[in-house]
Amino acid sequence: MSNPPEDATLLEMQRRMLRIRRFDERASKMVKRGQIPGTVHTSIGQEAQVVGSCMALDVHDYMTGNHRSHGHPIGKGAPLGPLMAELVGKATGVCKGKGGSLHLADFAVGSLGESGIVGSSIPIATGAALSAKVLGNGRVALAFFGDGAANQGCLYEAMNMAGIWGLPVVFLCENNQYALSTPAHTVTSGVIADRAAGFGIAGVRVENGQDVLAVHDAVSTAVGRARRGEGPTLVEVVTYRFNEHSEGLRLGVDYRDAEEKKRWLELDPIVLFRAELSRRGVATDDELDALEQEVLAEVDEAVRFTDESPFPDPSVAFEDLYTDTLAGAQR
Amino acid sequence: MTVMSYLGAIGAAQREAMDADERVVIIGEDVEANVYGTTGGSGKSRAAEGDFLQRYGRNRIRNTPISEEVIVGAAAGAAMTGLRPIVDLSYSSFLYMAMDQFVNQVAKNRYMFGGQASMPVVFRSAMFYGLNTGAHHSDRPYPMFMNVPGLKVAVPASPADAKGLLRTAVDSDDPVLTFEACLLWGMKEEVPEEEYRIPFGVGRTVREGDDVTVVAISNAVVEAAAAADKLQAEGISVEVFDPRTLVPLDVEGIFASVRRTGRLVIADPAHRTCGAASEIAAIVAEHAFDSLTRPIVRVTTPDMQIPFSPALEKQMYPNRSSIEAAVRRVLDLPEPDLADSMARTESARLAPR
Ligand SMILES: Cc1ncc(C[n+]2csc(CCOP(=O)(O)OP(=O)(O)O)c2C)c(N)n1
Ligand SMILES: [Mg+2]
Repeated sequence: MSNPPEDATLLEMQRRMLRIRRFDERASKMVKRGQIPGTVHTSIGQEAQVVGSCMALDVHDYMTGNHRSHGHPIGKGAPLGPLMAELVGKATGVCKGKGGSLHLADFAVGSLGESGIVGSSIPIATGAALSAKVLGNGRVALAFFGDGAANQGCLYEAMNMAGIWGLPVVFLCENNQYALSTPAHTVTSGVIADRAAGFGIAGVRVENGQDVLAVHDAVSTAVGRARRGEGPTLVEVVTYRFNEHSEGLRLGVDYRDAEEKKRWLELDPIVLFRAELSRRGVATDDELDALEQEVLAEVDEAVRFTDESPFPDPSVAFEDLYTDTLAGAQR
Repeated sequence: MTVMSYLGAIGAAQREAMDADERVVIIGEDVEANVYGTTGGSGKSRAAEGDFLQRYGRNRIRNTPISEEVIVGAAAGAAMTGLRPIVDLSYSSFLYMAMDQFVNQVAKNRYMFGGQASMPVVFRSAMFYGLNTGAHHSDRPYPMFMNVPGLKVAVPASPADAKGLLRTAVDSDDPVLTFEACLLWGMKEEVPEEEYRIPFGVGRTVREGDDVTVVAISNAVVEAAAAADKLQAEGISVEVFDPRTLVPLDVEGIFASVRRTGRLVIADPAHRTCGAASEIAAIVAEHAFDSLTRPIVRVTTPDMQIPFSPALEKQMYPNRSSIEAAVRRVLDLPEPDLADSMARTESARLAPR
């Protein structure tokens, strides 16, 4: 068990979960109004899993994500404006408008990037852990990926490599029980967390991934193990996405049972944690209301920042491929 | 100056790079035991100083499982966070196992993330073509990677170039793939003992000539030089130009030569369709068409898989006789005796389709 978080940390957890929720709600609206080009994949319903994991890391620790991770830098404390601007494709976006919601990185908070290719960023996090180990800088890397990605071969190559070399990496499976329309249990042989045993590394399943403290505790244990040089951990967090796979997607089939959905919607991580904060006397109702207002204002401010930002000059499309200008290649 | 083999020169460059910078690490299968000959001391120093494992230790010499996808991806992740890995992927055919990592991570991360990432990593691999290793080990896949913006591609064709280009590759903050030809491994020449770099995008004139330009790649450079030497005796003056890197490509060097000779043959051991030769031919046709007095001729490997039997494989790649035939063709000279089976194959291949 790791040390229980202090009251200020508990409040910060709620703040970051709220930021992700309100940010994603706004982004969803903006997709539907055509203000965000393309689509976004929200983490609504999964905030406890995101924030519990991110807050188990230091700001210098690394993380990678998947298509659903544009809000994960918020979990690490990133400001909202450059993230929202990136979703809209503005010049002030954290990736200058070149990544968008599926390929967003925020190096300032250790986010080495999402991957639109399911599972493909897992080796990147493994490599970040390798550099931490070789350089001896004490950092840890965490790879977020879904239950669908858990069936990609690169995860098993990575778990094996991390196991033999004792790399400081946490493989964090966000098991929201579906890969797009496909129920995890129909495509997953056995239990994901149990797969760790085959590699001789630690594996743990957080059954209640709607409880930010349960996630934080499990991931803190894994991060501590990594930092002490005791190697990788596979953490599977069971959670549920409240929205459709992506915003604006209309599939015309109900691949999720109505009863099941109702049951999980009642397990809203933000509502649950607010009650917990009250119960513990960490904050009064007024203070918690004020927190919600503050976060709403932050999201408004992020949208205002985005609106006031210019779109990038078309010439920017031809920058950042290489660090130099490829002498001799102009044609 | 000292005499070094191509393989020895690669080993020397790796040792220099490891000595120069603690952030340089070597990652790959069987690198601990120096199976491929580039992670040992060179020559006498090997006995005296031991292999890289003894020199640098297991922290920096990373002997890997056979897991190309995570090898490539982890090297990329390590490069994004402070290391400068040299990855030894042994056979070039094995790059396909990591195609997603190359194309979607290594090549795209810096760009997608708006320049937040840099990717100082070198991926070395050896093309075992021409050595009867069969279809799974004979690939020359550099054109596939030329097709991926974000990667740099080097194809050293001499010991001195192998050493100098590899040092530049390790210095590069962008990902570099080097394709080494096993046929060149034993080639020896005088190589500067001191450290030096050969810039990317600057080709090398291997033979000077006035009548025809032959742009040749990898082991075809050696074959083109042999053809040039033979034709010299007949008073035919062939310029042989080795671009040394394909991305970036020394287009100005190629134009300068073609402007003087007016004729271009391109000898490229990769497959014909969308090969390096196709790209070079297209660039010259677009930008130096007026300099050409004859159509461009490509000498490539046909769009065919590589057979095992020496009797079958020998004819597949550009060689001195097929390059010679192509040179004669662009000069409107009679082509060699059609009884020569290799030349016959080449003539058939050159015929309009
Ligand atoms: C390699 C690859 N295959 C398929 C897809 C298409 N795709 C995008 S998201 C997705 C579902 C992923 O499910 P999961 O990993 O569980 O993540 P979740 O969306 O549930 O968060 C699929 C099939 C893709 N982007 N990449
Ligand atoms: Mg899922």
